[in-house]
Amino acid sequence: MSISLFLEQVLNGLQFGVMLFLMSAGLTLVFGVMGLINLAHGSLYMIGAFSAAAIASWTGSFWLGLVASLMAAAIAGVIVEIVIIRRLYKRDHLDQVLATFALILLFSEAMRWIFGAFPLFLDVPDILSGTLSLPLGIEYSKYRMMIIVVGILIAIGLFALISRTRLGVRIRAGESDREMIAALGVDISKLYTLVFALGAALAGLAGAMVGAIQSVEVGMGEPVLILAFVVIVIGGIGSIKGALIGAILVGLTDTLGRFLLPSFFKIFLSPSSATDIGSALASMMIYILMAAVLIWKPSGLFGNSAK
Amino acid sequence: MKKLISMFALSAVIALPAFADGHKAKVGMITTLSGGGSGLGIDVRDGFLLALKGNNNIEVVIEDDQRKPDIAVQLADKMIQSEKVDILTGIIWSNLAMAVVPAAVNQGKIYLSPNAGPSALAGAGCHENYFNVAWQNDNLHEAAGGYANSEGYKNSFIMAPNYPAGKDALTGYKRFYEGELAGEIYTKLGQKDYAAEIAQIRASGADSVFFFLPGGMGIGFMKQFAQSGIDLPVVGPAFSFDQGILQAVGAAAMGVKNTSQWSKDLTNDANVKFVADFQAEYGRLPSLYASQGYDTANLLASALDSAGINDQDAFRSALKKADFASTRGDFSFDTNNHPIQDIYVREVIKEGDVFTNKIIATGLKSRSNAYVDECKM
Repeated sequence: MSISLFLEQVLNGLQFGVMLFLMSAGLTLVFGVMGLINLAHGSLYMIGAFSAAAIASWTGSFWLGLVASLMAAAIAGVIVEIVIIRRLYKRDHLDQVLATFALILLFSEAMRWIFGAFPLFLDVPDILSGTLSLPLGIEYSKYRMMIIVVGILIAIGLFALISRTRLGVRIRAGESDREMIAALGVDISKLYTLVFALGAALAGLAGAMVGAIQSVEVGMGEPVLILAFVVIVIGGIGSIKGALIGAILVGLTDTLGRFLLPSFFKIFLSPSSATDIGSALASMMIYILMAAVLIWKPSGLFGNSAK
Repeated sequence: MKKLISMFALSAVIALPAFADGHKAKVGMITTLSGGGSGLGIDVRDGFLLALKGNNNIEVVIEDDQRKPDIAVQLADKMIQSEKVDILTGIIWSNLAMAVVPAAVNQGKIYLSPNAGPSALAGAGCHENYFNVAWQNDNLHEAAGGYANSEGYKNSFIMAPNYPAGKDALTGYKRFYEGELAGEIYTKLGQKDYAAEIAQIRASGADSVFFFLPGGMGIGFMKQFAQSGIDLPVVGPAFSFDQGILQAVGAAAMGVKNTSQWSKDLTNDANVKFVADFQAEYGRLPSLYASQGYDTANLLASALDSAGINDQDAFRSALKKADFASTRGDFSFDTNNHPIQDIYVREVIKEGDVFTNKIIATGLKSRSNAYVDECKM
C-alpha cells in the first residue's frame, strides 16, 4: 500500500464526512432548538437532488440546478414546517416520529408520481470533470475536491452565524430556554420556521451535490438519514461543532475501514475469507464507533450532559 | 392498484364463461414497486401484464414488497392464506426470494421466478414447484468471464455487493475467467459512493474491471469511474446497463460491454412483437426485466392451455415443456427447472437521443448452469 493511495482515501473520507455534515447540521439544529425528531430530513435531501436534476436538464446548467436545490428544499421545508411540523413541537417524540415518517412516504410517492420510478440523470459540470494532480502523485477528482471546499466554507459560515450574529444568539437562546426568549419578545414561531428552512436548504444542497456523482432516485435520502442520526448522536445532539467532528469521524472511519480492514485480515487469513470478514466488519465500523463513543461519553462528544 | 386489477379480473370472469374447467389460475405477484429499485419491479409487472392482455383465464393480484424481506414474507402468507392464489411470482431480489420461495413451494404453490435465481435454489435446494424463467444468478457473470478471456484480459479487478447474488456474481465470473485477479471487493448492499474502491482499482494495476452493481449502485459507480480518469475496459452483467438505468448513467456508459440473455435488437418474431407492443402500451423501451416478466406470463399461459392448475403433475410437466415463444429465441428448462439459453455480449450505444444496447457477440451458447448435478429431483 502506497502513501498516495492512503492519502487519497483520507481525502475520500473527508469528502464523505463533509457531505454528512451538511445533512446532519440541519438535523441537529432542528433537534437542538425545537426538540423535534425529523425523519423527513432525508426527503428534503431527495427533493434537493430531484429539483437540481430537473432544472439542470431543463436549463443545461448544473449551477442553476444547485441554486434550485437550495431553494426547492428551503421552500419545501417552510411549507412542511408551517403545515405539519408546527403542530408537533409540544407532542412527544413518538408522535413526531410517526408524523415525519408519514412525510417520508408522502414525499417518496410524490416524487415517483412527478418524475417516474426510473433514476434521473444529473452529471457534474464540464469544468469540474476529470482529476486534479496533487503532490505525491495523487490524482483526485475535481468535483469531490469542490464538495470538500464547499462543505468547509458552509461549516465556517454556520459557526459565524451561530456565534457572531443576532440570529445565532436567538438560536442559542431558543436552545437553552424557549419560554424565556418568547417572553422577551422574540417571535419564536418565525425563528423556528427559519431554522427549519436553513436545515432543509443544507440537506437539499447535499442531495444535489451528491446526486451528480451518485444516482438521483426515489428513496435516496433514507440511507443517508440513518448515517446523519449516527453523526449527531456521536457529536452530541444540538451541537453544530459536534456534528462537524462527528461527521468527519464517521466519514473517515467508514472509508478507511472499507479500505484497510480487508487488507488487514489478508495478513493472517485466506484472501476470500479476508474479503468476507473484512467487508462485513467494515460495514459495522461506524456503529461500533458510535457504541464506543456512547460508552465513553453517554451524551456524545459535545453533548450537553445536563439535558 | 391491486383492487383495480382484481375488480377488472372479476368483471371479466363474470362476463365471459370459463374457457375450460380448471384452466384458470390466480397469480400472486410480489414485486418491488416503491422506493429504490422500483424500476425493476415495475418493468417486470408491466411486461407480465402486457403478455396477459386479453387473457381472461389468469387473475393477477399485485402487491409491493418495498424491497424488504419481512414484508415479502407477510405478503406471501397473505396471498397464500386469504387470497388463495395458485401461483406466486414477481420477486426481484435474491435475498427476498430466499425468504419467500422455500416456504411457498413447500405449501404446494408453484413459484415462477421472473428475476432472482440464487444458487441455493438451483442446486441442493431445488424444488419441483420452483421454475426460474430468467436465469441462474451466475449465468450472465459466467458469460462476462468468458468474454474477458476472448478479449485477452489477464488481470481483472472484480467487485460486487455483499449479498447472495453478489457472491454468485463473482463466483460466476471466476468460473470462466482464466486470468489473474488484481483485486476482489465486496461492497455494502445499497452503497452509492465508490471513491474508496475506485482508488484501489487505480492502485491495483488491473487491466480490466468486472462489476456487478444492480440498480442505483451501478449508476453511481459508472459516473464516478468515468470521472476518475482511469482508462480501463469495463465488463459487467446487463443489470447496470438496462434500459431504465442507461439514461441516468448517460455518456459515462458509452462503449461498455455487458452480458445479457435478452436484447432489444434480437430479431425473432416474439421479440419484435414484444418490443413494438411494449412501446405502444407504455411509451418507453422495454428492459431485460420487462422481457422476463413477459416471458414468465407467456410460459404460464402456455401451460394453462394444456393442463389445469388442479392437476399439479400435469401442470408441472406442461410448464417444464416451455412451449411458448420466448423473446430470447431458443428457451428450454434443464432438469433443475432453470433455463438453457444463449447469453449475448452487448455494447452500449446511442440511438438518436437514447442510450441503448446492441448485440456484438454470443458469449455462451445454450448455457445451463453449474448446479444442475447437485439438484436431486
